[in-house]
Amino acid sequence: MLLSDVSTNNSVLRRFHLDPPLLGGLLLLAAAGLVIIYSASGQDIGMIWRQLTRLAVSFGVMLLLAQVAPETLMRWTKLIFGIGLVMLIAVLILGVTGKGAQRWLSIAGIRFQPSELMKLAVPMMVAWYLAEKSLPPRPGHLLLAGLLALIPTLLIVKQPDLGTALLIAGSGFFVLLFAGLQWRIIGAATLLAAPLGWLMWEFGMHNYQRQRVLTFLNPENDPLGAGYHIIQSKIAIGSGGIYGKGWLNGTQSHLEFLPERHTDFIFAVFSEEFGLMGIVFLLCLYLFIVLRGLYIANQAQDTFSRLLAGGLTMTFLIYVFVNIGMVSGLLPVVGVPLPLISYGGSSMVTLMAAFGMLMSIHTHRKLLKN
Amino acid sequence: MKRRVMHLKNPERERHLFSVRAVVVSIFSLLLMAILLGRMAHLQILQHDLYTTLSTNNRVNVQPLPPPRGLIYDRNGVLLAQNLPTYSLEIVQERVEDMESTLADIASLIEISDEDIERFEQEIKRRRRFEAVPLRFRLSDEEVAMIAVNNHRLIGVEITSTLTRHYPLGPLTVHSVGYVGRINEKELRSLDPSNYASTNYVGKTGVEKSHETLLHGQVGYQRVETNARGRILRVLDRTSPVPGQNLYLNIDVALQRTAEEAFKGERGALVAISPKTGAVLSLVSIPTYDPNLFVNGIPLATYQTLSESPDQPLFNRALRGQYPPGSTTKPFVGLAGLELHKINAWDSIVCPGWYSLKGDDHRYRDWKKSGHGVVSLHHAIIESCDVYFYDLSLSLGIDNISNYLSQFGFGRKTEIDIGGESGGLMPTREWKRRVRKEPWFPGETLITGIGQGFNLATPLQLASATATLAAGGKRMKPLVVRTVEDPVSQVHNVLPPLQLSEVEVKDPGNWRRIERAMTAVVHSPKGTARRISHGLDYTIAGKTGTAQVFTIAQDAKYKADELAKRLHDHALFIAFAPSNDPEIAVALIVENGGSGSAVAAPIARIVIDSYMQGIRE
Repeated sequence: MLLSDVSTNNSVLRRFHLDPPLLGGLLLLAAAGLVIIYSASGQDIGMIWRQLTRLAVSFGVMLLLAQVAPETLMRWTKLIFGIGLVMLIAVLILGVTGKGAQRWLSIAGIRFQPSELMKLAVPMMVAWYLAEKSLPPRPGHLLLAGLLALIPTLLIVKQPDLGTALLIAGSGFFVLLFAGLQWRIIGAATLLAAPLGWLMWEFGMHNYQRQRVLTFLNPENDPLGAGYHIIQSKIAIGSGGIYGKGWLNGTQSHLEFLPERHTDFIFAVFSEEFGLMGIVFLLCLYLFIVLRGLYIANQAQDTFSRLLAGGLTMTFLIYVFVNIGMVSGLLPVVGVPLPLISYGGSSMVTLMAAFGMLMSIHTHRKLLKN
Repeated sequence: MKRRVMHLKNPERERHLFSVRAVVVSIFSLLLMAILLGRMAHLQILQHDLYTTLSTNNRVNVQPLPPPRGLIYDRNGVLLAQNLPTYSLEIVQERVEDMESTLADIASLIEISDEDIERFEQEIKRRRRFEAVPLRFRLSDEEVAMIAVNNHRLIGVEITSTLTRHYPLGPLTVHSVGYVGRINEKELRSLDPSNYASTNYVGKTGVEKSHETLLHGQVGYQRVETNARGRILRVLDRTSPVPGQNLYLNIDVALQRTAEEAFKGERGALVAISPKTGAVLSLVSIPTYDPNLFVNGIPLATYQTLSESPDQPLFNRALRGQYPPGSTTKPFVGLAGLELHKINAWDSIVCPGWYSLKGDDHRYRDWKKSGHGVVSLHHAIIESCDVYFYDLSLSLGIDNISNYLSQFGFGRKTEIDIGGESGGLMPTREWKRRVRKEPWFPGETLITGIGQGFNLATPLQLASATATLAAGGKRMKPLVVRTVEDPVSQVHNVLPPLQLSEVEVKDPGNWRRIERAMTAVVHSPKGTARRISHGLDYTIAGKTGTAQVFTIAQDAKYKADELAKRLHDHALFIAFAPSNDPEIAVALIVENGGSGSAVAAPIARIVIDSYMQGIRE
């Protein structure tokens, strides 16, 4: 079986606490990313080298975290979350502004994005909090666990960085879901979403965020301004057809119509050049990784590991869905990269750290007595 | 702590709960992937054609290619309008490393004014970095050479040539050929936007305007692939423009020049027409101006000098100048009298030098104070007897006069193939009632009969009427353009003469009678134009005319030397030759020239001589 645990047979990978199916899937994704970045960058080999460096660092971080046993992670959770929270507040007070948002913190000359840390710290914290409670959680615990996710989310919304906030809220939500969040509460929340959404629109959003939502609803309104990204991206995808225009032959990207083509909108380049066939392959790969993650979560031996693995896996899924959804015009443009494909650094390190944790959870299981 | 103990963790139950949730979430994940896949299939299969089109439109730009404008020649192939390359110096911003030193380099080679630099710096901000921005226009050949020699160190500096309309003969033919100018906003609305997509000039007057469609040609296109910033990457395909048609005019430049010189600097106009075909052989309006000034936009000061000059050089007198025709009307009124049997050729009256209507003591004076004595129609035309025509006009009545004269084209446009002509005025009772709110008075009939009433005619109308008279009533459409030549196939397409109408006569002999009288105007010893008959080896039929600019009081004597030149009479002359088989009909006016016989007739002689000599060769 594809999803079954085959790593037991491979002693080398086993020794380094790596999970071969997951590793294989991730390497395949990274390779696909390099191939499409080469095309999107206009065959800039320098960019490939820089991306390779980032991949090496990220896989290194993954390898490192795979060695850390889940118990150790659990011990460090409170501290990591606390540091993350302090830094988030610090960012709001003295952070560096980049691209119109305050996301960066400069520590000893190194720019650092605390929200990246929170992508890991929030599911860890919620999982840690719920791990010692009896599940499904009682309303009081639920409320507190929800707050643990909500506070950092709001701090990040304030930066403002909607994409990351969405990912962090999502990770918290999925940990709760795995912990047994009652369906009726989900139903009620869904019903409450509409009036809450209105309140957000009126009081909780910056003008440029409202503009993004409006543009999302009708991109053709502003074809050369705010809607330009979505229109050009849809043109790239649609004109790719079933088989695509072929590698290096995408006219939308090579003639520079497509903005941010090697970062957030790289999926459009991929779709234009490889068509629906390529997309099926890519989506299958993502789905495989998600299902493998869920399998690992299900195999985990303690509640903390289970919840953390489930939450991290679903964060990855949100990444994929939000990015592809926004590039194809299903969702508003919120600035979420396509995991392992998009050119760029900090989010990839976090992502691979999460996979390192997953591998650790899977490979540090204590052998059950037969 | 105790409460918590009551809720003991149940690992087995929690594991089961998690497994259920994991299955649900897996299904949820599958669902999300299915949504994405569905979305992609929607875009890439169902809407594939739409987005393919949009993608093609994105990158493929259609660029119009301007057609070269047709050339204009005179009837003998002398070039009147051509397209000359003019050179401009352009700079591509992104190729220049140090703009300031490049500009200094250029300024050391050719003259660059501060305005040039200022305009250039303004424009370079608005243009994209890879676009060429002009720094200097209209470079001389020497300047082009200076730049070309130093080209190796002027990176990013280019010399480009564009075709600009040029009129080699300048002022000589401007009143017929006209000129082109930059398309203005009003013209932009009426022009076909696709055909004029890359055309900067459009005909403003004359042949350039009236034959715009033929001269312009058909725009070409090239499809180019561009990137998002508009830079052209390659040409995909190309449809060449169809060049405009070349035109050969009926105008004879040699005759035109002779005519212009014959005016000796006097203001006036002359039109020469071939009676058989309607071909306009010469169209003179003096003073004239240089059309080349208008092509690239005339400087305001120059334009003001031209437009405010009292000599009105911009005014096309031949087409638009409306003058009282004076005695040149008489042959036409005489023909009406013969045709309507109001007179016979041999009927005579006694001219005492004045005429008066019954019950009115106003004396209508003859130009000859002592009178012409006994005169028939023949003599009345030869000597230009006013009294005879007062009498004839009275018996014809205004209705007959205007009806008959309008058959020769008086009071309506000649339908010449270039625009801008005026219609003149042939008064009628109805016209007077409508415009002047007054009834027609008999006295007005008298002065209409000698061309001094309300009637106004353009030199072109007079020439056309004279040609009609010369051609025995065949009124031809005056044509400036003779041949259309396709520059590609070189096929010449001669425009056929077009008869507009015919003046019907009951007795064709009447044509002969008028022609004989007009020939006698030149060739008989008593004729008013007898001075021009000297040395003629063919016969000219003519009629002098003098149009009053200034009304002289009763019994006062017209003393030319006491009046300001601008109040002098206009001198007119109409003629055709040879009388028995006319090849050319001429009408001309010399503004404030004085008498038709002394000033206008000699000009006609020179023109007709030149033309007759031309056809004999």
